[in-house]
Amino acid sequence: MELQAVLMAAGGGSRMMDLTYNTPKPLLPVGNKPLIWYPLNLLERVGFEEVIVITTKEVQKMISTDPKVKLDVKMKLDLVCIQEDADMGTADALRHIQQKVKTDVLVVSCDLITDAALHEVVDLFRAHNATLSMLMSKAHEFTETVPGQKGKKKTGEQRDFVGVDGTGKRLLFMANEADLDEGVVIRKSIMRKHPRMHIKTGLVDAHLYCLKKSVVDFLADNKSISSIRGELVPYLVRKQFSKSTNSPKVIDETHQNLKKNDSNVNLEIQISSRDEELLHLTQERSCWNDHRGDMSDAYHGGRLRCYVHIMDEGICYRVNTLAAYIEANRLAPKLFDEPAVHPSAVVSERCLIGADSIIGASCQISDKTSIKRSTIGVSTTVREKVKVTNSIIMHGVTIEEGCNIQGSVICSNAVIGRGADIKYCLVGSAQRIEPDAERTNEVIVGTDQLMEI
Amino acid sequence: MADCGEADGPVKKDDIVRAKNEGKELTKEEKQRLRKEKKHQKKQKDEKRPSERVKEKKPVAPSQPVATQPPTQKAPTVLPASAPIPVPVSGAPSYSSPAPSPADKPAKSRAEQKAERRARQEADRASKQQSCSSSSKTKAPPSELNPVVKRLPEHVQVDDPAVVKRLTKKFERQQIPLRSDYDYKVSLFSHLHQYSRKAPLTQQLSIPSTVIHPSIVRLGLQYSQGIVVGSNARSVALLHAFKQVIRDYTTPPNEELARDLVNKLKPYISFLNQCRPLSASMGNAIKYIKKEISNIPSQFKEEEAKTKLQTCIDRYINENVVLAAKAISKYAIEKISDGDVILVYGCSSLVNHILCEAYDKNRKFRVIVVDSRPRLEGREALRRLVQRGISCTYVLISALSYILPEVSKVFLGAHALLANGYVMSRVGTSQIALVARTFNVPVLVCCETYKFCERVQTDSFVSNELDDPDDLMVTRKGKTQLENWHDVSSLRLLNLVYDVTPPDFVDLVITDLGMIPCTSVPVVLRIKNLEQ
Repeated sequence: MELQAVLMAAGGGSRMMDLTYNTPKPLLPVGNKPLIWYPLNLLERVGFEEVIVITTKEVQKMISTDPKVKLDVKMKLDLVCIQEDADMGTADALRHIQQKVKTDVLVVSCDLITDAALHEVVDLFRAHNATLSMLMSKAHEFTETVPGQKGKKKTGEQRDFVGVDGTGKRLLFMANEADLDEGVVIRKSIMRKHPRMHIKTGLVDAHLYCLKKSVVDFLADNKSISSIRGELVPYLVRKQFSKSTNSPKVIDETHQNLKKNDSNVNLEIQISSRDEELLHLTQERSCWNDHRGDMSDAYHGGRLRCYVHIMDEGICYRVNTLAAYIEANRLAPKLFDEPAVHPSAVVSERCLIGADSIIGASCQISDKTSIKRSTIGVSTTVREKVKVTNSIIMHGVTIEEGCNIQGSVICSNAVIGRGADIKYCLVGSAQRIEPDAERTNEVIVGTDQLMEI
Repeated sequence: MADCGEADGPVKKDDIVRAKNEGKELTKEEKQRLRKEKKHQKKQKDEKRPSERVKEKKPVAPSQPVATQPPTQKAPTVLPASAPIPVPVSGAPSYSSPAPSPADKPAKSRAEQKAERRARQEADRASKQQSCSSSSKTKAPPSELNPVVKRLPEHVQVDDPAVVKRLTKKFERQQIPLRSDYDYKVSLFSHLHQYSRKAPLTQQLSIPSTVIHPSIVRLGLQYSQGIVVGSNARSVALLHAFKQVIRDYTTPPNEELARDLVNKLKPYISFLNQCRPLSASMGNAIKYIKKEISNIPSQFKEEEAKTKLQTCIDRYINENVVLAAKAISKYAIEKISDGDVILVYGCSSLVNHILCEAYDKNRKFRVIVVDSRPRLEGREALRRLVQRGISCTYVLISALSYILPEVSKVFLGAHALLANGYVMSRVGTSQIALVARTFNVPVLVCCETYKFCERVQTDSFVSNELDDPDDLMVTRKGKTQLENWHDVSSLRLLNLVYDVTPPDFVDLVITDLGMIPCTSVPVVLRIKNLEQ
């Protein structure tokens, strides 16, 4: 087997607590499908047959009963539960499943919605025998107004500095603004080997990583690394140029130490060393070099290589903030060809449903309603003379007559009273909006769900 | 066609006319009937000159395809005009051993030739009677037919829709995706494949590749992206990948390893062929491996068989690549004297090895590296030589005639050595050899014997490789001149990879068997065939 897929679905959605306090992030509906359906669909499309899903017990229960996941996903899902309160990072989760990992892994996050050609990432991983290969995309500005945001959007989001070489494929430098004290520091050894480096800041990390098996074994030894994105990737990128990786690399050594007790060790080491000879002979005889201008061999003789594929066009979103969630809802219908109006929805004839709206199953849309650019969830009831524009209505919501909902997010099981006028609001789960209310730019959540500080 | 004689003239013409009208199938039918007739005659005449019948069959068979092939095929693989009989015999190689036939030809008496002609006439008369009764649609597979029939290989018939259909069916059966051609081809080369690097074959494969072994997918990617380049490197990488395939192989129940493993390798080879057309050295390596696998005795257990195959592969690489390089450098160093100015072209791993060895043995020489676009492989050769400490000069091929007066010897590497003595190498090599000949500079070609190929070719058009034409685009100061070449309907870009150098321009070929003239390649091939 070449690659094993691992889906990280244990995250809490800490940047959009208003949405996730009741529904866990992997099950948030985007375009009437649970968020976790998108990466699973992506993996299924490229041909995976099995996925290891790391999630919490709560999500596991809900996934096994969710009809969408059960019906549409034909792959075998191996659900691994971790404790919710254990506060495990992604690298900790990988360490947890180290026994299940038998080959190289493809780690995907549950909040990734993309139509990227995965073979580009995996081809880099295969062709250059890389240790790490990841996917990034040019960030798009979010154009939709986000409910509950007062004032202009702060650009205080910590930026990522990504340094790539001339071809745009080899990853030379990665650091987050939070980790840098004063300025970007680049080691001279890197500059000597790669005199031309492009540093980009407007990139979104898709959190899709191809990792070699030896990295997972390395994680098992180094318990201090807890996050793939925050710690492991910058560590690997730095390690490419460290002096000790010119002879047997550190990761290889730890890997061999791990397996010393195994009885098959000697045979495997022998086999791998003979194969290493042939690989070395191939590289020696092949007249290819990945760089030119200096006297060193291909890859500068380094064994550890990190590659990145940067997508220029196409959809790539990480749904971890409210703005991203709204944007994703707008664009999700483009990713699949299902009819906009579900066949089981009861839609009366005299209502206007725009072409880019989605109506979920078992909905009831009454007369004289107008639904534009919106998503209506499953089992929602919309009474007469309602205008819904640019909004996201989740499951089980009841909207009474004469309401006007604009640019808002209404979470599941909420009830909007008659004649209410909701503009750019976020209505939490199971909330009731009293009739004739007028709310603008507010976040309406229950008092018991207010965040604990 | 010297042994046909005048009496056969009209009969032969009839054959040719019939063949033209009814296509290839009927001539094979004819041959089948011919053989049947001969068997009948043999039984009836009861051992009357049996040895001559056998001899008749063989010379009759090759001369017939020679007669019928030129009219029915566009691009003859068999040399037409200038070649005497020995050429088709040696050009139809692996099925009939070339050794007895040329020896027979001069020894044939007039009586035998007459008997031949008589037999052929009788057979033709009999086949004319039978032609109406037999069905014309049955087409026997070529392996059961006259084994000397030379078919055009499929990879040089890309513009023939029937061949393309056959290929697609074959790939469907083997579950390999078909790589589509990059359509903007120069019409003279429209019979060859041309692929674009931006459309890799892995686009159509599932990502954890299950049909094709992951190491083969990796190898295919490395070939198509140009990471593994050069005849030796490609063969070694191929054998390395095969070692991994063999290691991960388990015999399914009710199957024999010897037969099943060979069948497993076939789709992998088709896949690699699509990523980049196989080289002659790779073809020979595959033949060797297949032979070794089928020769595994059935009583071997799986583990034993696997280890045996792994050691075979190691030994093959060691003998044919590593030790051969040592032997060749030993011979070549004799030819390098102090004060020499040696010209090399492109990046040949063998030539670089020789020069580095000579330098280690304290020969004083300097090197001129000639390079050409679009590959610019000379830069890598330059780097390796200068890293060792050899003093080098670097020129582009357009400066060749200016620099040749300084040169004392030319060392060239080869991709393959063809059976008629032609050297197939990187495009530009024949130019170097030609200009060197005009300046009376000796040209020495270095080539290991495992690259010797039984194919025959006199021009670079029939069988070649077309690389991605977008490689010809170059961006200088932010401007790419050929950026929109697709839009210009009368413009086509051509990026050839190989060319053939005639043996008149090559003075010596240095192989691991010694230093031989170019025309002795068939002898070496014969020796190798006998050894096997």
